[in-house]
Amino acid sequence: MQNKTFSLKSITKTKGFSSFTAALLAIALGLIFGFIVMVFALPGNSLAGFGRVLFGGFTRLGDVLYFATPILMTGLSVGFAFKMGLFNIGSSGQYTMGMFFALYVGFMWPMPASIHWLVCVLAGLIGGMIWGFIPGILKALFNVNEVITSIMFNYIGMYLVDMLVQGNSTMYISTKTRTAYLPASAQIPSLGIPYSNANIAIIIAIVIAILLHITLNKTTFGYELKATGFNKFASKYAGMSDKRNTILTMVIAGALSGLGGAFAILAPSTIAGSSMTYEPISVIASAGFNGIAVALLGFANPIGTIFSAIFISHIGRGGTLASLLGYKPEIIDVVIAVIIYFSSFALIMNAAFARFIKQRREKKLDTNQPTDNIKKGKEA
Amino acid sequence: MDTLYYLVQNMLPVAIPLLLVALGGMFSERSGVINIALEGIMLFGAFFGCLTVYFVQGSGMNPQVVLLIGMLIAAIAGILYAMLLAFAAINMKADQTISGTALNMLIPAVILLFAKMKFSSDGITTDINFYMREVPGLSKIPVLGDLFFKNTYITIYIGFLLLLVSVVIFYMTKFGLRLRACGEHPHAADSVGINVHHMRYFGVGLSGLLGGIGGFFYSVGVMDGNVNGHTGVAGFGFLALAVMIFGQWKPWRILFAALFFAFLRTLAYSVALIPFLQNLELNQAFYKMLPYIATMVVLVFTSGKSRAPKAEGIPYDKSTR
Repeated sequence: MQNKTFSLKSITKTKGFSSFTAALLAIALGLIFGFIVMVFALPGNSLAGFGRVLFGGFTRLGDVLYFATPILMTGLSVGFAFKMGLFNIGSSGQYTMGMFFALYVGFMWPMPASIHWLVCVLAGLIGGMIWGFIPGILKALFNVNEVITSIMFNYIGMYLVDMLVQGNSTMYISTKTRTAYLPASAQIPSLGIPYSNANIAIIIAIVIAILLHITLNKTTFGYELKATGFNKFASKYAGMSDKRNTILTMVIAGALSGLGGAFAILAPSTIAGSSMTYEPISVIASAGFNGIAVALLGFANPIGTIFSAIFISHIGRGGTLASLLGYKPEIIDVVIAVIIYFSSFALIMNAAFARFIKQRREKKLDTNQPTDNIKKGKEA
Repeated sequence: MDTLYYLVQNMLPVAIPLLLVALGGMFSERSGVINIALEGIMLFGAFFGCLTVYFVQGSGMNPQVVLLIGMLIAAIAGILYAMLLAFAAINMKADQTISGTALNMLIPAVILLFAKMKFSSDGITTDINFYMREVPGLSKIPVLGDLFFKNTYITIYIGFLLLLVSVVIFYMTKFGLRLRACGEHPHAADSVGINVHHMRYFGVGLSGLLGGIGGFFYSVGVMDGNVNGHTGVAGFGFLALAVMIFGQWKPWRILFAALFFAFLRTLAYSVALIPFLQNLELNQAFYKMLPYIATMVVLVFTSGKSRAPKAEGIPYDKSTR
């Protein structure tokens, strides 16, 4: 009996531990691949360049926090939908929509400085919500695969926003092919770190992550969500409305991505009188796809997502610094993609690795304490 | 009538990549593996196809021969890239959607990295003319000659040939039957001695072959022989997935679905030629959104009675039999 409780405890321990080591394994493989690419690209600088990728972020802490904010939000969005068994690949479209709504309110609705940026952020939330609601309702009512729908909505959203931005003469400066500078009242208050765009949005984002964690683990809604994710049919049999939960999940996921877009565009500029701008160049926002990496590395756990967002942002800054040595910043996108590839089966790889170690240990035990092993066999 | 000829002549080079890639998706999914990586496979094929063309273009070979060589390389590249998905999905029992997404993200970054380092640009630019004014002899046929044998690319005939070959393999061979069995009920297939893992490797491999060729044909027919890391294949891999679903995982229906989407897209880009559409004075962006919106509408109507392969997306595990 005593033996049994002990073994149960060790299993739960290893489960949490193994998802962490699996993430580390995927990261290590991704970084090794990145290093190999760097060696082939420019052998002479490869060690110095790789050092910058790994540690360069520490010298730009403010930037790391600033770039972590939007991908933390998209990561939370993707991770939240994962819990319900939905794959929200449409995070990019929701992000772009949120960004547009925030921009629109920033330019078109003059307001006092103290509340203007808050209203803009809320507008971004609503924009993302709408773009999450449509795939959600199509999935719930017509059983349309949410992956295809949300990919289509990435394109529709991108073209729509580009069209609306270009058609608005207050927002768009056609000679510079970008949006005008936002009024200062619409920008989120800075954190005060010199030479960086870090702002209080990162704090808001972390608070949201904690709230999500509580929602998922302490509320009926969170329980229903996870139950539906585990087994759709069983939870339906138990009286949970999967249609309502699907729509709600996609709306919340959309809202989170929309907030990410708002946080990105409303960030304060380091140069007085300017602001972040948007260029309508018919390219889908990468923040949504990076959000997938962030969510996977954080194992869809909101708290884990905070750390993975900061990590991805950290190596992203490192990549920018490595470009001073002649490397292209795209190398980080390669590393991130490889990390996702490996993390899609990292748990299995990890289990195989653990089995290998366990077998070796048992072999050792076999030779050392044969009696103990026989006893175990009898119990089983 | 000239407008109709123009539309058909411009529609076919767009329809063929969609058709081939959707057929590839069909082989993969009917064997039981969801292939969301089609976009990445297309781009990988296009990249290597164009790279080959880039190196061969100076040798003074006939452009159509160059195209065929590029096609072969693109097909091999597509198969190799698809093997990454097959390994993750079949051997490692990974989440197929996620590994597919990773493969989609990887290749644009690789192209940008490579092109920026080697060519200081965002992609590969070739200057060879694959375009055919008219096919000698055949273009003299009334109506049909104007529709299919003028202002066209050789890719169209190869595309239709591959469709026929696919239909034969899919419906008339032992291999096709076994492949389909693995997507519907892999345990039953296994019980009569079919190696499910091998069949799924073949399914994904075929999707790589057709996806790679489709990607290269996109480069040839839509991008004038160029490939670009930023725009990629403009979501054609995803559109092909929608075409496949709209075509209910069946080759002939996929052909009609592909023609339908290509027609909408061609219409969107030739608004200026059609007086009726021009009089509407809609913003150009509406027409660019049209194929994607049409996809949504079509999916809403077809997803209810969808005939997806039963075992797709589920890694095959012998021990659960």
